[in-house]
Amino acid sequence: MTLRTAPTPADLAPRRPASARPRRATGLAVCVLAVVVAVVCSLAFGSRVVGWSDVVAGVLHPDDSIAQAAVASRVPRTVLGLLVGAALGLAGGVMQGLTRNPLADPALLGVSSGASLSVVLGIAWVGLSSLTQYIWFAFLGAAVASLLVYAIGSMGREGATPLKLALAGAATSAALLSAVSMVLLTRTDVLDTFRFWQVGSVGRASYSDIGQVVPFLVVGAVLAVGCARGMDAIALGDDVATGLGQKVGLVRGVGALAAVLLCGASVAIAGPIGFVGLVVPHLARAFTGPSHRWLLPYAAALGAALLLVADVVGRVVARPQEIEVGIVTAVLGAPVFIAIIRRQKVREL
Amino acid sequence: MTAALVPVAPETPAPGARVATGRRARSRRRRTVLAVLVAALLVVLVVTLCVGERSYSPLQVLRVLTGETVPGASFNIETIRLPRMLSGLLVGLGFGMGGVVFQTMLRNPLASPDIIGVSAGSSAAAVVAITAFGMSGTALSLVAVAAGVAVAGAIYALSWRRGVQGARLVLIGIAVGSMLDSVIAYAMTRAGVYDAAEALRWLTGSLNSAFWAGLGPLAAAMAVLLPTLLALSRRLSALQLGDDSASSLGVRPDRSRLALLLVAVAVVAVATAAAGPIAFVAFLSGPIAHRLVRGTGSLLVPSALVGALLVLVGDLVGQHLLVARFPVGVVTGVLGAPYLLWLLARTNRSGGSL
Repeated sequence: MTLRTAPTPADLAPRRPASARPRRATGLAVCVLAVVVAVVCSLAFGSRVVGWSDVVAGVLHPDDSIAQAAVASRVPRTVLGLLVGAALGLAGGVMQGLTRNPLADPALLGVSSGASLSVVLGIAWVGLSSLTQYIWFAFLGAAVASLLVYAIGSMGREGATPLKLALAGAATSAALLSAVSMVLLTRTDVLDTFRFWQVGSVGRASYSDIGQVVPFLVVGAVLAVGCARGMDAIALGDDVATGLGQKVGLVRGVGALAAVLLCGASVAIAGPIGFVGLVVPHLARAFTGPSHRWLLPYAAALGAALLLVADVVGRVVARPQEIEVGIVTAVLGAPVFIAIIRRQKVREL
Repeated sequence: MTAALVPVAPETPAPGARVATGRRARSRRRRTVLAVLVAALLVVLVVTLCVGERSYSPLQVLRVLTGETVPGASFNIETIRLPRMLSGLLVGLGFGMGGVVFQTMLRNPLASPDIIGVSAGSSAAAVVAITAFGMSGTALSLVAVAAGVAVAGAIYALSWRRGVQGARLVLIGIAVGSMLDSVIAYAMTRAGVYDAAEALRWLTGSLNSAFWAGLGPLAAAMAVLLPTLLALSRRLSALQLGDDSASSLGVRPDRSRLALLLVAVAVVAVATAAAGPIAFVAFLSGPIAHRLVRGTGSLLVPSALVGALLVLVGDLVGQHLLVARFPVGVVTGVLGAPYLLWLLARTNRSGGSL
């Protein structure tokens, strides 16, 4: 990770194996291939079993048959799954990089409970009724909650240790969610709307909803990739990063903005989906090493593939019903999280 | 971090007299605080019996309690308010004592059972039982207790790697908790809206289902578990000095930790089964008690008293002082948020634990 900013090319040459770049590029191609396979699966498999000819016809020019209509309805959810998965993967990578914290994840750090509270207040008091209207409230709530949790978790002498951040996230979530239930207990109608939003799912959105969040996702992704170099330096510690000529405060600010945009937009449109942002950067790091310029594209691709696969699993295991993707990722992701914790030495936590 | 918890006597080079004075002052303070807490609790208990839709004078309450039949008052007090008061008391004692055991043992004021996923097992099982099987009453309580103990056992087993480290236990608890939260969310979407509302009420924690029928098992369980926990408190104090010191004091660290966890988990699970996971009572009681008692000494009893006060006062506020009737968990939950901020701001300055 020090390689890029080392002063002379002479230093660089012997330390970076000549094969690293092609190997990483091949890896990225494999990730993209995985995304393509996941997209095909997402279109082909669902609660209704359809033949391959119907899949092709349903995507290109659906007629009125049930099979093709079913396939056609899988298209927007596949698009959304791609976007949200990539966004969560990127956001996880950025959060883990900025906080130097292997356990950072949008859902664990209370971002989604902030969005939840904000959406519930919106439904109850402002009378929101459609996904389109939730988005702005979810955004606001996610942004406020993530800043709050980070501020709380980084207090104290050692700064934001993983343990303190995770506890701050869990405790803040608990506090926010009890405010949520205060509203819900008096308003059964709000509960009836909210309980479906609360489970993260990519199955509800329409193209116009997706169109609304795409600008945020794009800006977030560009900002995230833009501060990749800065995050490589920050990984060495703030002092070293400053010495290397990075504006640490600026990188932190831009990175945090990117993470909030990415998480906020995906929570807003798909509801809270946990553990993707946590697991994906770890997977990606196994291929790329610590360099964020490679890590972030890998994380985006793997995030998209993982989310689509989780969505397909949720549609297939409980036929003819569906299990929402947020539940599948939690059930699959928690064991990975536990494995990560068990591997770390406790001093590092 | 533990400096405040270690007895100061051996480190202070002052003459014995000063040490003795200090110790006397601290134990005097402790006695005063305990007396005040008990007195406050008694007052709240009486108020709980007196105040309601129809209020009665303490004299009338006394007459009912001594067995006289007072028209109207007898039914209200004996059938409705007395069981509610008793279960509020027991549940509060349980949450207060169980919570402080976790916080002391894991050396982190945030590591209370409701935050680190120990209560989540009870909650998830109860929500599934309510929404999918329409359970209620004793069956529901049994399921909740069993699941609470099982999940806590799983968390303990998963964090075992050549001994259990506090930090690992906390993080694994959080992970398991968030997995179970998604199970709860799933069960809520599959239920009818009335079952979902019922489950939500249970999740918030309320004393509305407190009648004589459920009180017997609750009282019996608490009568066994709370004294057991008190009996283990010497080991807890030894563990606070660190594992090595504890061993040299004749306390086996791992075995003691397991025993303490088991009993504390059982207490919390029983309390949760009776009234739902009343938000933040386990989380708030210990630190409040610590602030009141200050000095050294076991926090189990003061924290249990604070827990009971929180539940009973919260219930009074929720039932009578707000625009709508809210279950007690809403009141305590709303108390929790500002406290959390204050706690962390304070930790920032002192860096201390609990």
